[in-house]
Amino acid sequence: MDKKIAVQVDDLTVAYNYKPVLWDIDLEIPEGVLMAIVGPNGAGKSTLIKAILGILKPIAGSVSIYGKPYDQQRKLVAYVPQKGSVDWDFPTTALDVVMMGTYGSLGWIKRPGQKEKKAALEALEKVGMLPFKGRQISQLSGGQQQRIFLARALVQDASIYFMDEPFQGVDATTEIAIINILKELRKAGKTVIVVHHDLQTVPEYFDWVTFLNVKKIATGPVKDIFNDDNLTKTYGINYKVSIQE
Amino acid sequence: MDIQEYFSLVFSDYTLRTITLGTAVLGAVTGMLGSFAVLRKQSLLGDAISHAALPGIAIAFLITGAKDSNTLLIGALVSGLIGTFWIRGIVTKTHLKSDTALGLILSLFFGFGMLLLTFIQKQPNANQAGLDKYLFGQAATLVESDVWLMAIITGLCLIVLLFFWKEFKLFLFDADYAKTLGFNTKFIDILITSFIVLAIVLGLQTVGVVLMSAMLLAPAAAARQWTNSLSKMVLLAAIFGAFSGVFGTAISASQNNLSTGPVIVIVASVFVIFSFIFSPSRGLLFRQIRFISNRRDLEQQKTLAFMYHIAETHENISHPHTIKILNNFQGYTRKTLQKLVDKDYVTLDGTMWSLTEKGFETAANLYNQQAIKDE
Repeated sequence: MDKKIAVQVDDLTVAYNYKPVLWDIDLEIPEGVLMAIVGPNGAGKSTLIKAILGILKPIAGSVSIYGKPYDQQRKLVAYVPQKGSVDWDFPTTALDVVMMGTYGSLGWIKRPGQKEKKAALEALEKVGMLPFKGRQISQLSGGQQQRIFLARALVQDASIYFMDEPFQGVDATTEIAIINILKELRKAGKTVIVVHHDLQTVPEYFDWVTFLNVKKIATGPVKDIFNDDNLTKTYGINYKVSIQE
Repeated sequence: MDIQEYFSLVFSDYTLRTITLGTAVLGAVTGMLGSFAVLRKQSLLGDAISHAALPGIAIAFLITGAKDSNTLLIGALVSGLIGTFWIRGIVTKTHLKSDTALGLILSLFFGFGMLLLTFIQKQPNANQAGLDKYLFGQAATLVESDVWLMAIITGLCLIVLLFFWKEFKLFLFDADYAKTLGFNTKFIDILITSFIVLAIVLGLQTVGVVLMSAMLLAPAAAARQWTNSLSKMVLLAAIFGAFSGVFGTAISASQNNLSTGPVIVIVASVFVIFSFIFSPSRGLLFRQIRFISNRRDLEQQKTLAFMYHIAETHENISHPHTIKILNNFQGYTRKTLQKLVDKDYVTLDGTMWSLTEKGFETAANLYNQQAIKDE
């Protein structure tokens, strides 16, 4: 393979209490792919992302981003958490949340200025949320909140994007808007990794896929490995993928 | 002494001035930090910490045998911190939820503290009287050095807040995300929690173990009702807290026998109740008013639309119809009909109504308007 490896995961094992949630995961994600992570509930999809990003501490294993540990490569990585992971009644505005994406490059203590504000406004524009910049975040719809989270990640101007169920609870219009942005990111040479639930849209949206159910079942190009065999291995039931030809 | 007399005396009388300043500063710092506790959904943590401080006070007295307030507060600080870490330990190491951990630690420490207090009271030490004032606080015991200590801690807290404002906001809103950006969330967490513990311990002498958490929560809860900006919320909470302190002291000083701590807490609660009802955007009153007026508008519109469909079938839109045909229609009331007449949409002639030109046009546009609104 001539492509560079953006994310490399070796022997990653994560456990809450006694039961392993992820078991001995080896994963290589080549640069420039738009990859879906699929698997049943409790398969450890979010956990995998969180362990790669250092939010969770793994029991064993290591992660490298372009060949170096994550700590040294933070600025190359952006994260879109699950929408439900924060309290949307928090007293702040849409613009303010997007500005948070600039905090990482600012570092401790330094306050965001005009440059950061401009970047945040551009990101809001990109996700079509500019008219809502002053809106209190609780007054946004679920789809709009998701776009705000996406804009916050875009502001980070990273090379690798991790997204935890960005399509959860959004309507069809927003879903299309989001996937278009993700495809644009890929076009710009970025690597995008998405925890995804809707199996039907995998071939349409993504070019790379990882099947996960505590262990890694398979990973590779969608056209090669997105088949009944892998789906059955992952979901345990006889799953028919041939929904659309 | 009445309230007026109090306010004229507050600038000249040393004791009154000290107590008023003390309660005002205390209210401001607890209000400020309380905002963080409320936004972190750790409202009960304050209650647990203040109760956990009681055995520390008793043990500090047992060791030193003196009733110096600073020594006792150090005892309170230590046992408050131990309580906090135990709560954390329980939450992270067991399957118990945080409310259970808080409740357990709160009652365990408070029970132990009470036990020590009764033990101390049986001691032949003349000094022991008055330790129980830490249960409900006694503002009258505040001296200038206490106020200085409060002011210094408040100033320190302000400086830290200004320096780490961005980090605090990020941490409060989305701690996991803060971690991925490279911020040491453990450090931020410990910083916030330590200041909350400090503020609580500072207030024990004035407000007491039992009521201290109200000082933390009430101003913040009230402030949240008035603003959607974190900085304004923290500022407002500080102002509400300071005013609660001043008014509470004024009321208790003017009504000789009222104990200051509880009065301050009641004043703070009045702020909360007022805010819950009268806040323009989140208050119950205006929400109810908006709800009712919305409903009325919709009722009117529905009735008008119904009439429109009837009138549509006639060549003359003002062809009269009987009121009776409206009776089977939900949303119609005599009141809505009268409102429509007032707006010149409908004319009434005995038991007959007819649509006016204006009413017809408005009704025709109704759907379009609704469609625009939805977008």
